[in-house]
Amino acid sequence: MDRRESLKLIATGAVAVPVVVAGCNTDDKKANVAADPTFDLDRNPAEIENEKRILAMPRFFTDHEMATIAILSDIIIPKDEVSGSATDAKVPDFIEFIVKDMPHHQTPLRGGLRWLDMQCLSRFGKAFKDCDSKQQLAVVDDIAYTEIRYEENGKEVIKGRVKPGMQQGVSFFNKMRDMVATGFYTSQIGVKDIGYQGNVATKWNGVPDDVLKQYGLAYTEKELKECINFDNPNANATATPTASSPSSISK
Amino acid sequence: MPKLKTNAIMGDFQIKKQPKDYDVVIVGSGAGGGMAAYVLATKGLSVCLLEAGYMYDPQKNVTQLKNPWESPRRGASTKFRPFGDFDASYYGWEIDGEPYTKAAGTDWLWWRARMLGGRTNHWGRISLRFGPKDFKRKSIDGLGDDWPISYEEIKPYYDRIDELIGIFGTNEGLENDPDGIFLPPPKPRLHELFIKRAAEQAKVKVIPSRLSIMTKKIKSTTDDRYPCFFCGQCNRNCSIAKADFSSTNVLIYPALKTGKVDVFANAMAREVLTNKEGLATGVSYINKEDMTEYQVNGKVVIVAAGACESSRLLLNSKSARHQNGLANSSGVVGKYLHDSTGAAMGGYLPTLFGRKRYNEDGVGGLHVYSPWWLDNKKLDFPRGYHIEYWGGMGQPAYGFMGGIEHFNGRYAVSGVEKKPGGYGKSLKEDYRYFYGSSVGMAGRGEAIPRADNYCEIDPNVVDKYGIPVLKFNVKWSDYEVKQAKHMKETFMEIMHNMGAVITWGHKDSDANQWGLNKPGEIIHEAGTARMGNDPKTSALNKWNQAHDCKNLFVVDGAAFTSQADKNITWTILALSMRASEYIVDELKKGNL
Repeated sequence: MDRRESLKLIATGAVAVPVVVAGCNTDDKKANVAADPTFDLDRNPAEIENEKRILAMPRFFTDHEMATIAILSDIIIPKDEVSGSATDAKVPDFIEFIVKDMPHHQTPLRGGLRWLDMQCLSRFGKAFKDCDSKQQLAVVDDIAYTEIRYEENGKEVIKGRVKPGMQQGVSFFNKMRDMVATGFYTSQIGVKDIGYQGNVATKWNGVPDDVLKQYGLAYTEKELKECINFDNPNANATATPTASSPSSISK
Repeated sequence: MPKLKTNAIMGDFQIKKQPKDYDVVIVGSGAGGGMAAYVLATKGLSVCLLEAGYMYDPQKNVTQLKNPWESPRRGASTKFRPFGDFDASYYGWEIDGEPYTKAAGTDWLWWRARMLGGRTNHWGRISLRFGPKDFKRKSIDGLGDDWPISYEEIKPYYDRIDELIGIFGTNEGLENDPDGIFLPPPKPRLHELFIKRAAEQAKVKVIPSRLSIMTKKIKSTTDDRYPCFFCGQCNRNCSIAKADFSSTNVLIYPALKTGKVDVFANAMAREVLTNKEGLATGVSYINKEDMTEYQVNGKVVIVAAGACESSRLLLNSKSARHQNGLANSSGVVGKYLHDSTGAAMGGYLPTLFGRKRYNEDGVGGLHVYSPWWLDNKKLDFPRGYHIEYWGGMGQPAYGFMGGIEHFNGRYAVSGVEKKPGGYGKSLKEDYRYFYGSSVGMAGRGEAIPRADNYCEIDPNVVDKYGIPVLKFNVKWSDYEVKQAKHMKETFMEIMHNMGAVITWGHKDSDANQWGLNKPGEIIHEAGTARMGNDPKTSALNKWNQAHDCKNLFVVDGAAFTSQADKNITWTILALSMRASEYIVDELKKGNL
């Protein structure tokens, strides 16, 4: 275990399957067998076995399905002024991995993709991936908005309307949206996009002053007196190891 | 460094004897076992530490400061890490080959971390002393039993643990939430300021939390512990600075430096061995790696495998002198099993929509909490609870902002009304707008220990090692359900006061026991080999020493007479330190 932990990451994220492998036969195991996985995060022996088992599985999605997932992913999360697209963030690879790790996702996704193709076939005589983008968006517009219900002031409010016959497609799209968002916002591109600034060594000195001011809040005298304060250079004189130089970790 | 003895000959079925006789054999390496190993080794005793799980070294087995994409499942849980792929707990709710059973109509969830250091590697670091009243509950409300010790007797040990391990908090002079030797706490986060104002409007006291995380350097068990650098990931264990308390970083690895401790990992204890006088002589165990049987001898045996696992070991240690199981002439072993009560509620705070970004990770957990603030004489349930809070801009993980349609269909995004769901650039704006607005709270309360809530040996089931397993028989009583109802009413008021939208945990009634967590789910189980002055009604005396077997000690949550509305770890540590020093003294006097 120790040896593995000291090795550098190879397999995570880019787990075994490249994005939309053209012409790759799903039965061709060779394409899917990676070298022994190594992880940059701790894996105990039982986990190593589990990860190997998953990586040794043949690809779940067919080329056709993967192509469809890629198109849908970029419709849900396209490139914009702030960040790249879902496929830039390798979201389809994540989805391929997660359905092996969590097999309960397999049927809803596979069935939903086929539902989508059948819908396109009846409307345009083609599978979703072969439709032009105008046709694709026409179908997506019918399934991308859902009905929600909630209580407000003791009354039930209903928002959103689903076209008759579209409910299964809407359920599928809700699932895809969540799946793509998870894959995207947990990627390097997505974390930067959402503006999460943590996971680094820092000194928590409280809510920034301008934010306190924005909300009309202030720390009490008691809090200012009792809490750790990094404005005062003498308050925390001991050196803190930084994230970039963790002396105690063997890499 | 730790030695893993594997001198087995495959296929040769026999019991191997460890050649070395130890002063003390300890079963379990969590808070209780780790503290015992540290105290005994630093006093010069030779220690054998048996751990049923994997070897684990936080300096090598690192998940701290990893990014979500460094987990292929983006931090989602597996059965190997039920609290997520970065969490520092090996196994949890289920372990392959190690089942347990439940009586019909009862429920129990049992978390077992199978690793050196046990659950202390990932725990919440909420480190609350029990108060004076918590040791004398029967005298106050007539329920359960008083402890055989008082707060004054244990206070010196709490003080020493504060200083040895490090804890932040504030001295508030509260009657039943004693002051301590505290490092400065971190300032509240933004949502915690809103919570504080709203809770105080509901007359609920909010004070800085008390977590065993060093915010300043202290002289501890090892020189290479450094102050917290605020990554908010204590559940991954502080590999980098060792700023928080885990048995591994703070007790076991420092104890190993004495050269007095041998660690045997993957060593599942089968039985505590006794001689014909009924005294403990050692422990038999199986090496899980090669299925070889061993026994190891010691002058003293300390059981600290976790409350339920400890009682299982005692009940499985039958002999002519201990026909009812070891330390169980009273029949109380396995009984009085109780976990903290728990109930929770969550939602979001619209005032935080579109909030400014900055790093608010803080420490791993809450910066403020609410100790129990009411008088039970005016309430329809006994005992209290404390409230824990959460919210804000956390590291994205699997499930990130799932169900966005419930946000963007309900609230205008930067002034623009939208239909629920959607896609594209507009959807990306929505995620940015709603991120960081979540808020929630949970109660952790005291259940009444009762003889008819128990675990026992299932006569029909063994684990893969052939060791008889536990069968649980635990139910909540009306007391705990009423407490949960009170929690929910309080949370509702606090959420409303701050203008939060409640999205879960608010549709409860008697039918679902007011959302009360299942017994065991809060992972504070205790009471299964309780202390007391009377050997007829308790397993241990006030030194954690078995009434029936003077060289056997139990130093985990099993020893607890009652639980308090406090997390139990700080008290396990204090009692283990106290018992370990007692062992040293008694050995010197020739009494053991």
